[in-house]
Order: sequence, then structure tokens, then C-alpha cells
Amino acid sequence: MTLQLDFGAVLERWPSLLEGALLTLQLAVIATLVGGAIGGLAAVGRRSRSAAVSRLCEVYVEAIRNTPLLVQIFLVYFGLASLGFRFSAFAVAALALTINVGAYTSEIVRAGLDAIPRGQIEAAEGLALSRAQIYRHVVLLPAIERVYPALTSQFVLLMLASSVTSQISAEELTAVANYIQSDTYRAFETYIVVAVIYLVLSLVMRAGFWGLGLVLFPRRRRLGTPL
Amino acid sequence: MSGSLNLNHLLFLGQGALWTVGLSLIALLGGGLVGFLVALCRISPSRAVRVLSGAYVQLIQGTPLLVIMFLTYFGLPPLGITVSPLAAAGASLTIYVGAYLGEIWRGSIESVPRPQWEAAEGLALSRTQRMAKVILPQAFRIATPPTVGFMVQIVKNTSLASVVGFVELARAGQIINNSLFEPFLIYAIVAIVYFALCFPLSRLSQRLERRGARGRTTLMPA
Amino acid sequence: MQHTPRHAAAEPVVVLRDVHKSFGPLKVLDGVSFEVARGDVLAIIGRSGSGKSTALRCIDRFERIDRGEIRVCGHRVDDPGLDLRALRQDVGIVFQSYNLFPHLTIEENITLAPTAVKGMPRADARALAETVLAQVGLADKLRAYPEQLSGGQQQRAAIARSLAMQPEVMLFDEVTSALDPELTGEVLKVIEALAASGMTMVMVTHEMGFAKGIADEVVFMHRGRVHERGPAAILAAPATPELAQFVGTGL
Repeated sequence: MTLQLDFGAVLERWPSLLEGALLTLQLAVIATLVGGAIGGLAAVGRRSRSAAVSRLCEVYVEAIRNTPLLVQIFLVYFGLASLGFRFSAFAVAALALTINVGAYTSEIVRAGLDAIPRGQIEAAEGLALSRAQIYRHVVLLPAIERVYPALTSQFVLLMLASSVTSQISAEELTAVANYIQSDTYRAFETYIVVAVIYLVLSLVMRAGFWGLGLVLFPRRRRLGTPL
Repeated sequence: MSGSLNLNHLLFLGQGALWTVGLSLIALLGGGLVGFLVALCRISPSRAVRVLSGAYVQLIQGTPLLVIMFLTYFGLPPLGITVSPLAAAGASLTIYVGAYLGEIWRGSIESVPRPQWEAAEGLALSRTQRMAKVILPQAFRIATPPTVGFMVQIVKNTSLASVVGFVELARAGQIINNSLFEPFLIYAIVAIVYFALCFPLSRLSQRLERRGARGRTTLMPA
Repeated sequence: MQHTPRHAAAEPVVVLRDVHKSFGPLKVLDGVSFEVARGDVLAIIGRSGSGKSTALRCIDRFERIDRGEIRVCGHRVDDPGLDLRALRQDVGIVFQSYNLFPHLTIEENITLAPTAVKGMPRADARALAETVLAQVGLADKLRAYPEQLSGGQQQRAAIARSLAMQPEVMLFDEVTSALDPELTGEVLKVIEALAASGMTMVMVTHEMGFAKGIADEVVFMHRGRVHERGPAAILAAPATPELAQFVGTGL
């Protein structure tokens, strides 16, 4: 058996690959920002005094965490269509990924909130800070600092999982790969190249989050110790 | 071609669900075996072994499972290796799950308290004996809740086997939808079945975690 | 057990009248009454479980009482409609476990409440932080993070943080109990200086010698009641066997 690999035919298509990679990154950034915010709200909502709010957040989190992303994407895609909405594949992909990562973020942030000692909140109450001020200054930021590594890993996983949106023809990296391999008949080379691009993207994201961490958490920048 | 959802469709979905469970077990066994080796390699005294196994983990954790699936199913035949959908899905999941379980278990082994390692060394046990008799039994207890939790990820990830044409639950839903064209209803049913498989595992993992945490606190001085 | 406090002002700053409080079936406060005049130092002593910490925490409404009356700086603390944040601007509290905010520098710990609660301009808050830190002997720790300080320094920083809100009365809840003996002294010295400056204070403490030295009045709590009460001299000549035993064991 002669084994001949030809990466040239695949690498020739670098403009499409670059475009796909950028779209993947775009999906990841949108879902991280919006989903991260939703997750934070849901985490706070889980601790709400209103049983209805807390229950609603719990149902959202459990429903998402216990079903596959692929099925969630189909449900959003066909669900919107059956309601008469026509969105681009990219919009549907971004929406599904946002809903998905929001649930995971919520659980991670909740663990961070639970780790804040009761004494911290009492000290803040003793200083006459309002509930909102306590959440903002004493609870949320240190909670996020505590779970920052888990949070960023989740966002990188989300970027990788966005490959699943190729199944509704969002033109991201994996969808581009599928076109290229059917054009060139070089499936092995194509998916190796694409795997390497994903690897680079995940390293880029990790580096980005590391830098962001330095800005967000000055204490860690100066002391380097975990909270 | 269209009709309405009938008992045959539901039986077909049930069969798909069985394959989802079967594929999950294959992934758990295969991935568990690979993961165990990875975990041991990651804490090996040999630097080369540590670096190599670390590179494996980084590589797999930086690549989407879907691309690994495509690579094995579409990438290997042109090289003269034909694989069935089941083989491609099973192999991909094994490789993927192995990297994640390897990291989870390495963390569990390393979180066995330092004095336990030292005590085992002090008893003049060999490295293998220390591992088998002292460290691994304790690591096993620490590892159980996150491993059960990861089984939820495994079940969900088997849905990606549908893209290489393996007829598990998600693919069964797609096939039925092709004849009925009632996507929302069918995928809702599929989602509920996945939920029924995953939710008990999630709850079990949470309960084990809480019990573990309680067990640890009782060891602390009052 | 009558005595005349050092500063006999008209209206006491803190008043507890027949305060009752239970945690479930456990009666923690069983009709506690005492008051603290402006500028006075009250020391609450007693075994653990005697209700002394709970009594202190009721003053700042960290615990709600079941029955009775608490008045602090003109606030009706037992009133359900109490303006909690107004009360807490007038009352400073320092805890056993310091509870500094670990993600903020000492300066940020101190300026947070004055800027957020009182709307004080940044520059003023910064100057205030310098003043209160100098007061507790930590002028050089403005930019440090809590974990960089010793336990004693952290507790002094926590006192400074409370002082920055310029409270009318300060509460100290066993503030030296978590400290090594050699670090206790530096914290007690700061509290002593505060007492000398005329700050009204209520302190739950284990330090008998210290209580004897600075307290204008001592309240000995036993089984949820004020068992004995009087000037610091009662520690030298207890009237009840319980206090005698408590003082005798040195605990």
C-alpha cells in the first residue's frame, strides 16, 4: 500500500479556511459574552428569594445540561422556523450556543458564589452596603475570580463545540472543511489541517483569557496566588 | 411519504436509544482504559512519558470531537482503511473520552493527601504496591463523583455519531423526521429521551459529591 | 450592683430591655437588659454558649430578636420597619475572623463603604484611609492585600475599615480569639487608644486582664441571662459563685 499524503490541495484553500476560522471565533465570542451574562444572571437567580425565579433558573440549567447540543441546535433551528421566523444559519447557531453555554456558566458561577464565606457578606452588611453593592463588590467579582479557570475552560470547550453548528450549515470551520474534502477528495489531510486550526484557536483563546484575567483581577496579577 | 407518528416510529426511537446506551458503554470502557493509562503516564517518573501523554491530552482537548469523528470515518478510507460507522464512532469516542477521563483521574490521584504518599513510602512499599494498595483505592473514591458526572457528557457526545451515519437516538430522530417532517415534535421527543438518560446520572453525581464533601468535613477538627 | 459610669450622659447610646431570642428550641437570650452610655466601654464576658456573642450581634441586627426592645443611636432595632443601612452607618462591627475582602487592597477595603454608601469623593476617601490606617499603626500598608498581612495586622485593618465610616458606637466580637498570643497585644493596644479617644464600645472578650483595664462596666452572661453586672472591679470581687468560678478558671 502506498501512502501518499498531499496537504497542498487543502492548504491552497486557505482563504476559505481563514474565513471559517474567523466565523468560528465570532460564534465563540458572541456566545461567551451573551451566554456568560445569562449564566451570571441565572446563577444569581438560582439564589433568588422567589421560589418561581429560582425554579425557572434550575429548569433552564438542567434541561440544557442533560441534552446534547446537536439536539438543542435542531430544536432552535426548527422551532424558530415553525413559529414562522426566518433567521440565518449563523444567527441560529449563535443563539443555540449562547443558550447552551449560559447553562454551564451558571453552574460554574454558582459554585463560585457558594464559596464566598458568609462572613464576607456580614462584613459588607455591617458597613451598610446595599444588596446590589454587596453583590457587585464583595460577591460576584471574587466568585468569578475563584472559578475563572473552570469558566475559561468552558468557553474554550464551547468554541470547539461550535463545530456542531456545521450540521445546520453555519459556514464555520467544520462546514468549510466538509466542502473542501468533498471537492478535493483529501478527507484525511483536510481534517488534520482543520484539527490543527482548532488547536491554534483554543490556544489563542486561552492566551486571551489569561490576559483578560490579568486586567480583571489585579490581586492575582500582583501576588499570583489563587483566591 | 408523510404520515403521523405511530408506534413503529417510537419503537425505532427506542432502538436508537438502546444504541446510544451501547455506544456510551463502549466509550466508557474504551475511554476508561485509555484514560487510566493516560493518568498513570501523566504522573510517571519518566519525563518523556509525562510529556508525551500530556501532549496527547492537550491535542485531543484542543480538537472538536466532531472533527475526530470525521477524521476517522472519512479520513481513513482514502488511506486504505475502511471503517464501519460503529467502529469510527467507538474509536473516536474512546480517544476523546480517554483524554478527559485521564485528566480527571490524574487530578484525583494527585489530590490524595501528601502524607499518604509519604507514609506509603515510609513502609518501604514498591512504587507499584504504593499505587495499588494505598493511593489508587483512595483516588477511586475521590474520582467517583466527577466520573459519574462525565458519563453525562459521554451520553450526550454519542449524539455526534449520527453525523457518520451511525443510527443511535439522534440519527433515528433524523430518519423519522425525513419521512414525517415534524422536526420540532420529533426532536423534542429525542431531547426528552436524552434527558431521561442523563438526568439520573447528573443527580447521582451531585449526591455523591455532597456525600464526599460531608465525609471530608467530619475528618476536620471541630 | 449600682455604680456611676464615667460619662453619665442623658440618653444611653445602646439600650437592651428584656431581650429574648431562641434558635429553634434553644433559648439563647432569656430576658437580657443593659445599656451603654456615650463614651463608655462595656465588656461582655461569659462562657461560650452563654449568649454573649448573640447579644452583641442583636445590637447590629445580625440576629432578629423574638421579644423585647433594643434602641441604638436613636434607631428602634426591634422595629420591623427599621432602616437597616442607617443603623449600620452609625454602628461599626469588627469580627473574630477579620472578614477583610481578600480581592481588594487594604485601601480599597477601607474606601469601599465611604464611597459606595456615603458617596464620598475618591480623593477624600483616600485621605480618610490614610488617617484611619495611621490610627491603627498601618500607614505603610495602604497598597497591600489582606493575605500579605499578619493576623494582627489584618484585624487592625478591619478596625480601620469600620472607623472610616465614622460610627457612633463600635462593636467588637471576640476580635483577638483567632490570634496568636503574641499578636493579641497589638490589637488590644489599638482598642485601648480608641477607648481613650472617647469612642463608645461594646466588646465580647476573653481577655479578662484587658476587660479589667479598660471597661467602664462589665456584664457577665450565664445561660442567656445577665448574671452579674457592675464596674470592672466585680472581676476582682465576684458576688456570685458562677462569676467567681469563671474568673478563677481564667476562662
